[in-house]
Amino acid sequence: MTTVGSQLDNRTLLHMYRLMRTITTTGDRAAEEVKSGALASAFYPVRGLEGVCAALGAAMRVEDKLVSTYRSLGDAVAKGTSLRGILAEVYGRADGLCGGKGGPMHLHDQDVGYVTSTGVVGAGLPIAVGLGIAAQLDGAQRAVVTTFGDGATSIGAFHEAMNMAGLWKLPVVFVCQNNQWGEHTPIVEYAASTDLAGRATAYAMATVAVDGFDPIATYRVLDEACARARSGGGPTFVECRTYRLTGHSGSADYGYMPADELAAALARDPAPNFRAWLIESGQADESVLAEVDAEVDAEVADAFAFAQASPQPAPDQRYRHVFADATHIPAQGES
Amino acid sequence: MTVTEPAETMTMVQAMNAALDLAMAQDEKVILLGEDIADPIGGVLKVTKGLSTKYGTARVRATPIAETGIVGAAVGAALGGYRPVAEIMFMDFLTVCLDQIVNHAAKLRYMSGGHTPVPLTIRTAVGTQRFGAQHCQNLEAWFMHVPGMKVVVPSNPADAKGLLAACIADDDPCLYVEHIGLAFTEKGEVPPGRHVVPLGSAHTVRAGTDVTVITYGMQVRNAVTAADSLAEQGISVEVIDLRSLVPLDLDTILASAERTRRAVIVHDAHTFCGPGAELAARINEELFGELLAPVLRVGAGYSPVPFSTALEFHPTPDRIRAAVLATVGR
Ligand SMILES: Cc1ncc(C[n+]2csc(CCOP(=O)(O)OP(=O)(O)O)c2C)c(N)n1
Repeated sequence: MTTVGSQLDNRTLLHMYRLMRTITTTGDRAAEEVKSGALASAFYPVRGLEGVCAALGAAMRVEDKLVSTYRSLGDAVAKGTSLRGILAEVYGRADGLCGGKGGPMHLHDQDVGYVTSTGVVGAGLPIAVGLGIAAQLDGAQRAVVTTFGDGATSIGAFHEAMNMAGLWKLPVVFVCQNNQWGEHTPIVEYAASTDLAGRATAYAMATVAVDGFDPIATYRVLDEACARARSGGGPTFVECRTYRLTGHSGSADYGYMPADELAAALARDPAPNFRAWLIESGQADESVLAEVDAEVDAEVADAFAFAQASPQPAPDQRYRHVFADATHIPAQGES
Repeated sequence: MTVTEPAETMTMVQAMNAALDLAMAQDEKVILLGEDIADPIGGVLKVTKGLSTKYGTARVRATPIAETGIVGAAVGAALGGYRPVAEIMFMDFLTVCLDQIVNHAAKLRYMSGGHTPVPLTIRTAVGTQRFGAQHCQNLEAWFMHVPGMKVVVPSNPADAKGLLAACIADDDPCLYVEHIGLAFTEKGEVPPGRHVVPLGSAHTVRAGTDVTVITYGMQVRNAVTAADSLAEQGISVEVIDLRSLVPLDLDTILASAERTRRAVIVHDAHTFCGPGAELAARINEELFGELLAPVLRVGAGYSPVPFSTALEFHPTPDRIRAAVLATVGR
């Protein structure tokens, strides 16, 4: 952990720990539910990204906008979306953020600036560019953050969006959550250069690579990038280097991941490591953290119970929200 | 004192320019994005001419050649509270940004349970066989097949202005298709000031009693030509201009076909799986017992658009006439 951590105020540090612990606990529980068959859903675990998500949560303000991906849980929790709403949506229930129509890959929560998330790799970047245009035209002091995996840096939309953001000096922070894997393919097997931050320099913007297992270092970089965006200083590309601590999806195995690599990464598991550091560095004592842990466990248990008890959406919801005006639907029912 | 300005005669391009100008003047949230749309060029068809000079390049943004980026940015700007109008030079290039249109623009309202509407207009051009197979495809059926997308095709300057105004004001994503064959040659009177043609309101261009011809866009002109000459043979043809394909004014279609008991659908898109397939099926479902003849379709053949005009491809007045004659048994 970076030594400058002590300069961060204690409340922020505890907030970051709470976020990490919430994400880990929720993710682990969701993975269990998928494995047991109780949760019939594609679910993309965020294990390994908790530090990056927490740093993002601390760096972003409510008025800042976030465009995320299918690996959405950590980003949503960090942005301040209600855990009950998230989980009910993961279960496809009526009380979900999107009334059960979005599912885990498509969370939206406009109230906290979690604008959208996408199941299509790399598609969020151009959308963030548009939100950046909106912020610029509004003259607003608002950052737009978009998260995406390392695999997304190969797709055309990535390059189109980065060029536009660089060209128009948009207030966009591109956060690459580099977990070293694109599904089952390691980064060295799909990228001509694995220096993703280096690649971004071609688009005339600030670029930084940071150790994503170090929440404080990551927070500093993201905080600066958001501040730059808000003050009209243009876009930043941040490559957060981490490692995926699980398989690609909730049910996938991870036998193809080199055991030594995974073991080394697991030794740096963000939430427990940050907890240990908080105690060692005197930021918090065991009793304070135990209290946080108990609160998180209760909140997670409550959110799962809420989600599981939430009713299924009513069948007539099927044809709501296709258009603003339902009479514009050319054909309803099975015809 | 109210001053009623007289209608002005103008081209489709001028009418669309007027619609954009007025929308931008009335609502600062209307912004334009697209390749080459800024002055001095003002867009490939000059639809945006003068607008960047008037409203600035922050609101009229000439973009890199990056269709995914353009539509994606328009989606994002819409999510950020704007009403972007994105120009994609030719309809063929919608294939480049299909993801942003189909998976994002069209679905975000639905997937978010109504929380994330995307009030976006995509203007694009079709037409002119002169450019060959990658610059003149009529792909409107693709977008009709995507719940959440509206599809609008004007056939005359007044509608061009009124439908574009409606698209921009609409809270859903609209695809607005401009036919190059009409853009400069089709002239007509256009109401001054704000003029809105509601989406989903078909227009009966010509009343008739024997056969209903249902069409839109470029083919309205050919249908009217065919109807005029059929009148000389004593056949009375009603011509309906759909104006928007989604929403679809099925009431007007069915009421007309119920009266005439015969229908022909005409469009530039391929006949196979084209918009006419859906329309014919719907007429058949609703009016099976009433019809005196099968519903016929006249559309493009099943090949890419050939470059040579010798390889006749799009519906012509002659082909429309032949189809109408077939339905009346002549
Ligand atoms: C355009 C597109 N192609 C393929 C997929 C299937 N897919 C889902 S996740 C994934 C891997 C993406 O890797 P990365 O961008 O590194 O993100 P991560 O899953 O590691 O967070 C792929 C190929 C997709 N969702 N979208």
